[in-house]
Amino acid sequence: MSALLELDGVDKRFRGLLAVDGVSFSVPQGAIVGLIGPNGAGKTTIFNLIAGVFRPDRGRILFEGRDIAGLRPHVLCRAGIARTFQIARPFGALSTLENAMVGAFRANAGTEAAEKHARAVLERLGLADKAHAPAHGLTLPERRRLEVARALATEPKLLLLDEAMAGLRPIEIDAMVGTLSALARESGLTILLTEHVMRAVMALSHHIVVVHHGQKICEGTPEHVAADQRVIECYLGRSAA
Amino acid sequence: MPGWVNFVVAGLLTGAVYGLMALGLSVIFGVVRVVNFAHGEMMVLAMYGVILLQHWLGLDPLVSAPVVAMALFALGYALQRGLLNRFIARPEHQQFLLMLGIAGLLTSSMLMVFGPDTASVETSYALDSYEVGPLILDKVRVFAASGAVLSMALLWAFFRMSRTGKAIRACADNPTGAAVAGLDVGRFYATAFGIGAACVGASGTFLLLLVDVQPYLGASYTLLSFIIVIIGGLGSMPGALLGGLLVGVSEGLSAYFVSPSLKSLFSYGLLILVLLVRPQGLLGRRA
Amino acid sequence: MSGRQGVALALTGGLLVAAPLFVGDYVLSVLIVFLLAAYLGQCWNIMMGFAGQLSLGHALYYGLGAYTAAALFVHFDTLSWFGIVAGAALAALAAGVIGALSFQFAVTGVYFALLTIAFDEFTRILFDHFDWVGGTAGLFLHVAQVKGTDLLHLRGSPTMFYYVLLALSAGVLWLSRALLRRRIGFYWLAIREDEPAAAALGIDTFWMKLVAVTLSGALTALAGGVMAFYDNNLYPDTIFATSSSVEIITAPIIGGMGTLFGPIVGAFLLTTMGEAMTDFGAAWGVPGLKQWLYGGALVAIVLLQPAGVWPWLCDRLGLGAERR
Repeated sequence: MSALLELDGVDKRFRGLLAVDGVSFSVPQGAIVGLIGPNGAGKTTIFNLIAGVFRPDRGRILFEGRDIAGLRPHVLCRAGIARTFQIARPFGALSTLENAMVGAFRANAGTEAAEKHARAVLERLGLADKAHAPAHGLTLPERRRLEVARALATEPKLLLLDEAMAGLRPIEIDAMVGTLSALARESGLTILLTEHVMRAVMALSHHIVVVHHGQKICEGTPEHVAADQRVIECYLGRSAA
Repeated sequence: MPGWVNFVVAGLLTGAVYGLMALGLSVIFGVVRVVNFAHGEMMVLAMYGVILLQHWLGLDPLVSAPVVAMALFALGYALQRGLLNRFIARPEHQQFLLMLGIAGLLTSSMLMVFGPDTASVETSYALDSYEVGPLILDKVRVFAASGAVLSMALLWAFFRMSRTGKAIRACADNPTGAAVAGLDVGRFYATAFGIGAACVGASGTFLLLLVDVQPYLGASYTLLSFIIVIIGGLGSMPGALLGGLLVGVSEGLSAYFVSPSLKSLFSYGLLILVLLVRPQGLLGRRA
Repeated sequence: MSGRQGVALALTGGLLVAAPLFVGDYVLSVLIVFLLAAYLGQCWNIMMGFAGQLSLGHALYYGLGAYTAAALFVHFDTLSWFGIVAGAALAALAAGVIGALSFQFAVTGVYFALLTIAFDEFTRILFDHFDWVGGTAGLFLHVAQVKGTDLLHLRGSPTMFYYVLLALSAGVLWLSRALLRRRIGFYWLAIREDEPAAAALGIDTFWMKLVAVTLSGALTALAGGVMAFYDNNLYPDTIFATSSSVEIITAPIIGGMGTLFGPIVGAFLLTTMGEAMTDFGAAWGVPGLKQWLYGGALVAIVLLQPAGVWPWLCDRLGLGAERR
């Protein structure tokens, strides 16, 4: 499988502090890749570099072979990269369906087509019965699902999930994991997720990249990473569930 | 000595009063984060207060200044505590629409009570001037500027030396810090607003020595206060003074060289430039 | 729009169309003020209610529209409609420049509002010294005594102006509704709610905001141009005054920002109560009552019902919720 996304020697400094230090990894087409590491390891910065929030100081970020470093978020979305936010940000005054439609309009110019597509996505994420509810009234798990639904509605090639499982109960996590793996399987969607919830990462990912102090310290299959000595010391020391 | 020098000096003196006025807004806008669209109207209220005090008690404006300042403090404290504190968590635009409404209420109320004609104070020294070498300085202007500078010095001392004052200064740098430091945020904000209102009250007293008052005067001074605060730099108290002096001098120069009615053009132009290019103003920090 | 709302709209529309037939001159002039407020409120609503950009300097566009149409008429005897369209184009340009500069330099929120005031005031002072349009002394349009209605030259009775304004109000209502249902309307609301989230969904927020600002300005200028031929005199200090901008925005805020009918409801309430206040004040010798009312209404609405009167009314009358 060819690499859909590739980071090559990426550095990012904030006022002298090297938050990301020479990180390189690739995300193959159709794979689900997890990015994990302790707090402050640089995961979110890497995420934001890919998502166009920051510009890398050094290195390249290649998407479908093209360097996308420094491109603005809306341009990235049009190129096929969609992201969710760590703290769910629904458009509160709009309904759930309308939220999804905002995403759907990216690939569907007409209102009817956008609505149709949005409904299908909501169905996929189990939000169909909440279609006309105002988004500000949704519960946390529903908001997380709406975050994902909205991003999916843009018909991305690569979906970036920023701690999408935070605050969910185990039963909700399992449901989300099920939906996401089904999606990846059926539509060939590529997913890169950063997570603290090990249960989800281990279950979902084909491949995991571990960062610590801004550097990549390990990568491989979930089993390989879980058994790696350095990873256990710095991160998985405590129970990984 | 060229003719414009007197205008520049007069502008500096007036600018000191502007500086005090803007300082009030710097505290209110910079610390409490209230966009006080009623700033000028509050000043006009104070000015009418001074006129009433002279009318009823024969008090000279300079004597009334502390009285009016305290009255405005109470008003500001009550306004923030009773009304504005509820808006802290609400969307930003609601709060300035509220102040816009209050500005309208104040202006029309003053129009109803005092009528549309201009009013002024009578002072024994209104027509006197000091001669300092080649300079001719109007006494009223010197007194007004002195009062403003004295008020600013008092305020400076308060901010440097009292606990509340230091907390207010810290808050201008870091609003979250106020809550984290365990201060009763509601009372704290109310005090800060009150101080800002007192500044504007005092500056109104001094300004009354220089201009006549009428109910519609407020709006232009509200705008002027924002211009000075933004040019000088939000959250910077020396910036407010510097901005005030700059505006005062530019008004003096344009009155001399061009035409008095164009004096604001330069200020607005500068505001647009600052907002676009250097929003932190001359002395402010990057937000 | 629900069925009951549709009925209410049809009824109101019918009444408004028939009104000149059975009301007197005074009421007609009040209705003209109402329609103007309703129209201007809707134009401002596009920018603030939909796209979330707070403009406190809308008098600028109104004034540019009025002065362009009037000056062209006075100096070159151009056709009124040509002047009005030219005014809208000029206002669109001004709005575009202000918007482009502001968004490029990330001037938002209250700073953006202050910037709009600054541009408005700057223009006011310029026009005060611009002799070609009369300066502070004002610009006066010659009113030839015309028998009947000349729509082409916009010369006629107040009734003619009433219908022109009614058509404009209905037009902008139709336009607002059409825009809200399309992608651009969804994108505007998304930007209003959460701009970074909107950008992450592929929305080019710079252009979307620019379109809202430019459209709002151009539409506002149209009314300015039309009213130039109604008032027949213009002064920079009244037309470009910040208090005019505040008057423009009060009606849609009272009625309900972001809704379709809010600005119209707000305009109706404020105009009728404002006229009542003015009469009352004149009778009792109390000045400033109308301004007192506008200020008090703003305070009351923000405190008690920030969403506006219309959403509250919809709730009470069971008209069904309209999107906020």
